[in-house]
Amino acid sequence: MIWKTLKVGFHRLGSPPTFYRISALISPWLWAGFALCTAIGLYYALYVVPPDYQQSDSYRILFIHVPSAWQAMAGYLVMAILAAIALVWRIRTTEIMAMMCAPIGAAFTVICLLTGSLWGRPMWGTWWAWDARLTSMLVLLFIYLGIMGLYAAFEDRRKGARVACILVLVGVVNIPIIHFSVEWWTTLHQGSTIRFFGESTMHPSMMPPLVWMTVAVKLMFGAVLLDRSRNELLEQDRRKGWVRQAFGGDA
Amino acid sequence: MNLRALAALLMRDLRLAVRHGGESLMPLFFLFAVLILVPLGVGPGPNLLAAIAPGMIWVAALLASLLALENLFRPDHEDGSLEQWWLGHLPVTGLVMTRLFSHWLITGLPVILFAPLAAQMLYLPNQALGVLVLSLLIGTPILSLVGGLAAALTLGTNRGSVLLSILVFPLVVPVLIFATGAVSAVADGFSPRAHLGLLAALLVLALTLVPLAVTAALRLNIE
Repeated sequence: MIWKTLKVGFHRLGSPPTFYRISALISPWLWAGFALCTAIGLYYALYVVPPDYQQSDSYRILFIHVPSAWQAMAGYLVMAILAAIALVWRIRTTEIMAMMCAPIGAAFTVICLLTGSLWGRPMWGTWWAWDARLTSMLVLLFIYLGIMGLYAAFEDRRKGARVACILVLVGVVNIPIIHFSVEWWTTLHQGSTIRFFGESTMHPSMMPPLVWMTVAVKLMFGAVLLDRSRNELLEQDRRKGWVRQAFGGDA
Repeated sequence: MNLRALAALLMRDLRLAVRHGGESLMPLFFLFAVLILVPLGVGPGPNLLAAIAPGMIWVAALLASLLALENLFRPDHEDGSLEQWWLGHLPVTGLVMTRLFSHWLITGLPVILFAPLAAQMLYLPNQALGVLVLSLLIGTPILSLVGGLAAALTLGTNRGSVLLSILVFPLVVPVLIFATGAVSAVADGFSPRAHLGLLAALLVLALTLVPLAVTAALRLNIE
């Protein structure tokens, strides 16, 4: 009984008018959560956490760098799950959402690369190094751009979305391979200092702002994703009945 | 029966390539054009050229393989014969693999045959030549497969060629790394087996998965 209600509810969510209405309700809350978490996170990051004994204050950029890097990768995962759902069940809303993930993910990849570059200049003495993690982030950026380019190249938006969804899934197989191949190629970037299993090598005082900022970035991703998807739906369906109804009369 | 039909498709593709003569030799000319420009650009010093030879030959081979991709499925799509692939009784994935195989015979094989000449031009140490040829033998089919995928994805667009190279380049990063890694390892006196093994693993993975993705992409594009 509950299962059936859930199933029907999920399918209703896929219909453009319902998605449009419900996303309008959720999105402001996500934005509010983002603002709150960012405020707390930045307060911790800039005032509470003491300066590093070697890097003094310049390490604080990591509170933007690391959440962006995580989100650049998590964004791809979200996009891949949406793309798989879109290809299997042919839900149009999901296709659009998957496509709308790409520009956001690309933006976070750019933020990650730029903040890393700004930090690398004083710390490593260079803006850019052909290091494994930097290179695989750069390749990820180009995969994002390829997906956006493929989607935009089709005149039929729906066909473009479905073809680009295949590319998204190809990327899922390929990104880990790219990551490891580049890792064996050369490495300068420090290894991960935060581990889910075993002890983290990061100082515990740096944990709270990082967690707050990570949550903030995730909420922002969700909010932007919903807003972009709503806009895209509205633009594609501008001549359809439900848009007219939603905006009262002749839209 | 099925094999004869696939062989017929292969023969048709090869015959077309031979009769279009000049066009199908373009990738090879392009490869050598790039390899001639390299010493002109970086200077003729044998040490420098020998050091960058594996990478330059591989990058040139990669760029050359992109040239013929634009016409891999497009003419068949335009005259409607691609749709017949779905109407016939042959498995489409088989037809896709045959087409990709002919692409490799036309663009990949000549590069392998002329690799010794390319190696001499850039002073690649002689002991590394065998591994260079071997890495091309394992690696160029992957280029054809990934390139075929990009060609299938961009089939429905009208400005495919620029997009094509953007799609291919991130996906072939591992091929380039392992292939040049193998050649450089031998040139430096190490064993290339680890690199070649990983390259072969990539080939097996690509052979297994890419034809399915190509078929799905083609079907979406002719819908």
